[in-house]
Amino acid sequence: MHPVEVTFDALLLFSMVVLAWQGVHARNMFRAVVSFMMFGLLTAVAWVRLEAPDIALAEASLGAGLTGALLLATLGRLGPERRGPRRRRAMKLSMLPWLALGLVGTTVLLAVTLSLPAPGLGEAVLAAMPAAGVDSPVTAVLLNFRAWDTLLEIGVMLLAVIALWSLGQDVLASTSRLPAPALPALVRVLFPLFVLSTFYLLWRGGHGPGGAFPAGALLAAGLVLALLAGARVPERMRGAPLRWAVGGGLFAFLIVAVGGMWAAGAFFAYPPQHASILIAIVEIAAGLSIGVMLTALFLGGEPTEVRRGRT
Amino acid sequence: MIMMAGTVLIVLGLLFFLSGTVGLLRFPDVFTRLHALSKADTLALGLVCAGLALHADDGALQLKLLLIWLLVIVSGATCSSLIARAALAHGIRPWQR
Repeated sequence: MHPVEVTFDALLLFSMVVLAWQGVHARNMFRAVVSFMMFGLLTAVAWVRLEAPDIALAEASLGAGLTGALLLATLGRLGPERRGPRRRRAMKLSMLPWLALGLVGTTVLLAVTLSLPAPGLGEAVLAAMPAAGVDSPVTAVLLNFRAWDTLLEIGVMLLAVIALWSLGQDVLASTSRLPAPALPALVRVLFPLFVLSTFYLLWRGGHGPGGAFPAGALLAAGLVLALLAGARVPERMRGAPLRWAVGGGLFAFLIVAVGGMWAAGAFFAYPPQHASILIAIVEIAAGLSIGVMLTALFLGGEPTEVRRGRT
Repeated sequence: MIMMAGTVLIVLGLLFFLSGTVGLLRFPDVFTRLHALSKADTLALGLVCAGLALHADDGALQLKLLLIWLLVIVSGATCSSLIARAALAHGIRPWQR
């Protein structure tokens, strides 16, 4: 490797360790959240260095972007932080066992990593690519070979939304807004671009880095930005339409999976001649639904349904 | 020759990043820091993008670099305005000598 690359990687690793430390030991919650977001960004860069652009995209949009927005929104709702007496965190003797444990753990992890078979399952995936229906190996694994895992991931996300919504109602309506004319203007310019990029990523998932998760995160980022700028869920969208949008990804996924059982004889077995179109349907449905689900998490509760006939 | 020009632009951009960072560390309050960061970094990113565009031999890539710069200009300006307004709303008075 080129010395410049080695230096860059060393700096990257060092910054990540420092940010992780700051995230845990920050003076207040706000600093901790900002450290965490920067840690997410650098993790995305690390994935780029490991030549995994798909994970980098997902990490940058989900790990650094949306998780950060969720944490900051939570922080805003917690109210002012109570200041306890500052404890001195000196290196104490009691830390030694933990340090030793950490060292042993790292060594074991390293040994396990090195003992894994070197090429992993890459060869098997590449050998099966002609039957996958898409050109991108990552999408083939996510939506064809291991579609079951992806189905469960979307299911978990849906469960999170249901759990959050059952705790209460949309809290965004009660938060005060800053009089900032620049933000709504920015959102008006950028929102079409967010929608365009979402569909670009969905389309690109078929043959390169992209796909449902980064696309969904991007859509959610656009929607969250619109919410921050003062947009609210339209009244005719509340209730059933919104619930269908939230559950639609999982629903489409399940229909395709069960359809495979009927048409090709096994759960999630795509008939090879229709694999491409089926994967595209699942990808678009899942991407849009992931976007709506992430936005629903940001809302913090189901938007109040306005009853007709009452003022 | 074009490659050389690209490299010169990138190095120039890095110098502006450096000056913006020095401003962030040295200036007394949030408003002056924003002033240093937003302007220096926007120009720096523009120079770096221009330099990279000269190195790239692909028109689509050059357009993407231009798009990145434009997006950062718009969002950077908005963010600076939002941070400054939030600081004012929290009762932080601009620094005076």
